[in-house]
Formats: sequence, structure tokens, C-alpha cells
Amino acid sequence: MRLIAENLGGERGGEAVFSGLNFALGKGQALIVTGPNGAGKSTLLRVVAGLLPVAAGRLLIEGGAEDFPSIASACHYLGHQNAMKTALSVAENLRFWRDFSGADFLSAEEALAMVGLDGIGHLPFGYLSTGQRRRAAIAKLLVSRRPLWLLDEPTAGLDKASEERFGELMREHCSEGGIIIAATHLPLGIEGATELRMGEVD
Amino acid sequence: MLALFLRDISLSIRAGGGALTGVIFFLAVIATIPFGVGPDLNLLARIGPAILWIGALLACLLGLDRLFQADREDGSLDLLVLGDDRQMLALTVLTKCLAHWAGSVLPLVIAAPLLGLFMNMEPIGIGATALTLLVGTPAITFIGAAGAAVAVALPRGGLLISVLVLPLTIPVLIFGVSASYGAVANPDPFLQPFLILAALTLFLAVLGPVAAALALRHGTD
Repeated sequence: MRLIAENLGGERGGEAVFSGLNFALGKGQALIVTGPNGAGKSTLLRVVAGLLPVAAGRLLIEGGAEDFPSIASACHYLGHQNAMKTALSVAENLRFWRDFSGADFLSAEEALAMVGLDGIGHLPFGYLSTGQRRRAAIAKLLVSRRPLWLLDEPTAGLDKASEERFGELMREHCSEGGIIIAATHLPLGIEGATELRMGEVD
Repeated sequence: MLALFLRDISLSIRAGGGALTGVIFFLAVIATIPFGVGPDLNLLARIGPAILWIGALLACLLGLDRLFQADREDGSLDLLVLGDDRQMLALTVLTKCLAHWAGSVLPLVIAAPLLGLFMNMEPIGIGATALTLLVGTPAITFIGAAGAAVAVALPRGGLLISVLVLPLTIPVLIFGVSASYGAVANPDPFLQPFLILAALTLFLAVLGPVAAALALRHGTD
């Protein structure tokens, strides 16, 4: 599977945020998007996911076969918000996304154990701390199988140990042939990742 | 889809879900009418079906703004839109509408017979009004979904949704009330307006979710 962007441009509210981006990612590759605030990192991720229209250029996925015909169907999008309901328990939230997304991978309990939250699945999501919420949202990446992870500042609010554990999860995902595009300010600990600097004068 | 239905139902029942808000509003409207109109029992019985319908209509509109807004605020809406290839977005919207109806509007229908007693209505009139509400209120939810999808990005969209949606719900109101009157007033027919009401619901069950899905897809900025 390959994800290719040619001369990609994105806009927000009618104003061009970035333009002329080129990258091609194959199996097991990761792209780290860095740059100052307002450089268009989140916009890029939303354009790739298909939540914002492609303003210029092309964006395509190759070799997704029947399971993943489009980028939207092949990706996990982890945005700034965690997409979890505060009134439901952590496990209920995860089980819902597992059923809704299809392509089951780990069970809710196993996914929680992977992010070090085992034993708190019964708590309402609203009771968790910021870092725990983020870890529960990361567990959402593990309950159903998607080759492409789009991560928007995934480690915001995580402590050192969780960051390392998450780095391990990402390395594992890449070694299994997954693709990662992550927008971040912090080093994520993925070796061999390509870096894309946005918002700098060429 | 079943998972989404169950999630939305349990959200509407749990604390802060607002399942009771509509019922309390409905109760407040119906309970104040006899004080305003006066103790003329015949008059109350005559306007009863219309008042029940208007009360239910307004109570339906009350909770509509939360249909997509809560999902938008916590980021779930993005993922629901992204799931379009596996779970068609229009079907997702339809499921959310059905869950919203079952969680917040069905209690209104159940409360309607009780409130009909406040209006001195005959048993058959109460039954007919409850039946027309049961068949007609889904249509209001489906139209409302389109309005809620258009206004999802607005922080105070509730009033705007009501203003957008209210003119479109007038046909539902007209046929609902005329079917309810048809059951009690002899020369008026019951079946014809009732069937048109059912047809409206079925028609809007298709049009509403499709329109709402289109609005959501283009509103993910």
C-alpha cells in the first residue's frame, strides 16, 4: 500500500494554508510533520483524511485492494479531541468504536492493557485525567485494524512513560506494514521517519 | 449501526441526556393552557388535539440542536463522517434520528394520553391523537436532522434550527391534527389524513437523512 501526495494544496476558509507538498509513503514508513503554530499541520491531516477538500494537486492511495478502497476507509484519525463520550465508561466507548469501525483487532480490555490503563475500563470517561483520556483515545487506534494512522499531536498531555509506550506502539504498527503521518512538536521516537517541515520559507 | 443506536439511547437516558427536558416542557405547555383559556370544558375538548400536537411539536424542536452538536464537540462527528465508506453516512444519520426519537420523543407520545385528560378529551380522541403523534413525530425528527446538520457549526444554533425547521413541519402538523379531529368529529375522515401523515413520515425518512448527510459532509471544517 502506498499513499501519494502530488503538489498538494490545502485551504481553510478560502485562504491557502499550504501548497506544493509532495510526499510518497510506502509500507512501514512514517512521516513526521513539524512546524510552528498555524503552519497548517492539522489542516494537512484533515485534508489527507478527507475531512477538508483537496484545494490543489492530487492525493491517492494505491494497493488498498477491496478492504481499503479510499483513504478515509484506510485511516484512523486521532484529532485534538478524543471522540469519547464522558457519560459512558471507557470500555463502552471503545466497544462502540470497535463495532462501528469494523475490522476488529484487539478487544477493548486488551487495547486498554496496551496503553497501561488496565483495570479502569469500568470508569466513566469523564472521570479520567487529561493524560489518561489521551491514552484511552490511543487505545481506540488498536481496537480496529487500519493501515494508515493520522495523528494530530498524539502525545499532548502524556507523561514520559506513556510517551515511550506509545512510541513502541507506533514502531510496532510500522513494522507490521502500517503507515503513520503525525503532526507534532515533540520527538515521537520513530526511527527512520521522514520529516516534513511546514511553514518555512523555501 | 445497532451499536450507534444503543450508544445514543444510553446517552439520552444517562445524566445530562435531556430525555426528560422535552417531557417537562410538554407538560408545562399543556398544563398552562386550561388556566389561560378558562374553565370552558367544551372549548378545551375541542382544541385539545391541536394543543397536544403544538405542544409535542415544540417539545420535539427543543432537543434537536444536540443531535449532532454533542458529537461535533467531542470529535466523534469527524469519525462518523470518515466511516462513510463502511457505514453510509445517511444511514448513520437515520440511526441517530431513530435513537433520538426513541430517547426523547417517544416519552412525549407516551405522556400525551395523560396530558389529554387535562384537556377534557374523550378517550377515542386521546387514542387518535396519541396514534397520530406516534406516526407523525418521526417526520419532525427527520426534518429536524437536516436543520441540525446545517446549523451544527453554530454555537447557538438551537433557535436557528427551530426557525429553519418550523415551516417544514407545518404539513405534518396539519395532517396530524386533522386526523385526530377526524376520529371524533363525525363527517370528517380519519383514515385519509392519517395515511398522508404516514406517507410524509416515510418520505422524510429518506429525504431528511440524505440532506443531513450532505450538509454534514460539507460542514466538517
